[in-house]
Amino acid sequence: MVIVGELINSSRKPIAQALEARDEAYLKDLAKRQVEAGAHIIDVNCAIFMEKEPEVMEWLVGIIQEAVDVPLCIDTPNVAAMEVGLSCHKGRAMINSISGETKRWEEMLPLVKKYKPMVVALCMDDSGMPNSVEDRLRVADKIVPGLVEAGIPEEDIYLDPLIKPVGVSSSAAIEVLETTRALKEKYPKVHVISGLSNVSHGLPVRRVLNRAFAVMCVEAGMDSFIADPLDRHLMSLFFAAEALVGRDKNCLKYIKASRAGKIVAE
Amino acid sequence: MATLEELAQAVVDGDETQVVELTKSLLGSGVNPQDIINKGLMAGIEKVGELFQKNEMFVPEVLMSAEALKAGMELVLKETQQGVEVTSKGTVVMGTVEGDLHDIGKNLVCMMLESNGFKVYDLGVDVKPEKFVEAAKQYNADIVGMSALLTTTMVNMKSTIDALAAAGMRDKVKVIVGGAPITQKFADEIGADGYAPDAAGAVDLCRRLAG
Repeated sequence: MVIVGELINSSRKPIAQALEARDEAYLKDLAKRQVEAGAHIIDVNCAIFMEKEPEVMEWLVGIIQEAVDVPLCIDTPNVAAMEVGLSCHKGRAMINSISGETKRWEEMLPLVKKYKPMVVALCMDDSGMPNSVEDRLRVADKIVPGLVEAGIPEEDIYLDPLIKPVGVSSSAAIEVLETTRALKEKYPKVHVISGLSNVSHGLPVRRVLNRAFAVMCVEAGMDSFIADPLDRHLMSLFFAAEALVGRDKNCLKYIKASRAGKIVAE
Repeated sequence: MATLEELAQAVVDGDETQVVELTKSLLGSGVNPQDIINKGLMAGIEKVGELFQKNEMFVPEVLMSAEALKAGMELVLKETQQGVEVTSKGTVVMGTVEGDLHDIGKNLVCMMLESNGFKVYDLGVDVKPEKFVEAAKQYNADIVGMSALLTTTMVNMKSTIDALAAAGMRDKVKVIVGGAPITQKFADEIGADGYAPDAAGAVDLCRRLAG
C-alpha cells in the first residue's frame, strides 16, 4: 500500500498562510510528522499562488526535501509549476496529475517523457467527470497504453477513478469500487489511487464515512491513497484491511505496526 | 384542511409527494397563490437554509427539499391562470468557472438565493469567461457569481473579471466568488466585489451588493 500524505495543500487555509509567510519550520514539521505516521510520498500543492506558483513550488520542493527522504508528489495542473517542481526535485518524483483531457495530456506528456515520474492519472477526458464504470474504463484504456508508450512502466501508473459525493448520488461509492475491481482485473500492475474525503462531502461526521469507504476500497483492490496519515484510526484500518484481504502475509505488517503503537482501537 | 405551515414543513421534510398534495389542496380551497409561494414553499426553504447553516440538515436532505420546492412551485405556476408575481431582489448570473465541474456548492447557493427572492440564472459548470459576459448582458444581471472548488481553476475567476472589463461590463455588475480554496484575500487580489464562505453568507452578500 502507498500512502500519499495530503496535508501540504494550499487549499487548506493554515497551509496557504504558512506558504505565504514562507514558514519553513511549520511545513517541514508537517512533512516529517506525515512520514513518521506512515506516508510513503508527500503531496505538495501551492496552486493558490497562481502566477507565483512556480516560484513557490521551487521553494517548497527544496525545503520539504531537506526535511524528509521520501519522494514528493508535485500536485498542480500548471505546466510551468510542474516543470519547476520536477526539475528541482532530487530523485524520482510523482506527478498529480495527468488526465485524458486533450489539453492536459498534451501539456503534461512532454514532462512525463523527460522526467519519467510516477504518474497519478485521473480517469476523466474531454467529456467531463465520469458518470459510470464504463466512462472510467474508456479513459483508462487510453491513458495506460499512452503512458506506457511514453516510457512509464505500468507499476508507476496510479489511476484515480475520481470519487463523487455519495450524498449527491447514492451510487457514487459503488461506482468507484466496481471501477477499481475492473481496473485491477484488466491492469493488475497498475495502481488504483484516490483521495477519500470527497465521498463524504455534505454529510455529518465525515471521517466515519471516509474510514468505512477506505476499508471497502482496500477490499476492492485499491492499493494507494491520498490521505491524512495523521488520522491514526484511518491508518489503523488500512493495516487491518490489508491483513484481512490477504495482502499482508502472516499479518506481519499489522503486527509490526501494532508494536510500533500505530494500531489504535479508540 | 391543509395549512401553509404544513406545506412549509413538508418542504423542510423534503417530502415531494406531500408538497404536491398540500399545494393542490391549498389551491383547491382558494388560498392566494402568492401566499402559497411566500408563506408555504418559500418559508419552508428558508427554514432549510437556516438548518443547513447550523449543520442540522445535510446536503442530501437539502437537495430533497429543493426538489420538493420545485415540484410545488411548478404546480402553483401551472394551475394559476393569472401570473404570480414574485418580486425580485436582484438578478444573479451564476456558474462554476471554466475547467471546474463541481456544482454542489454552487447549486446550494443558487437555491438559497432563489428562496430569498433573487432571480437566478444558473449557467452550470465549466463556464467560459465569455459565457459569463454574454449572460450578464442578456439578463441585465446585477451580480455575477462564480464558484471554483480547485486551486487549479480559481485563476479562471480572474479571467472572467478581465473579460467583463474588456466588454465594458465591469462597472455594471458586482462580482462575487466562493468555493473551498477561495479566501477574502484572493477575492481582493483578483478584484472581486465580495466573497462569502458559505451559502447563507452568499445571500447576505447579495442583499448587500444588490441593495
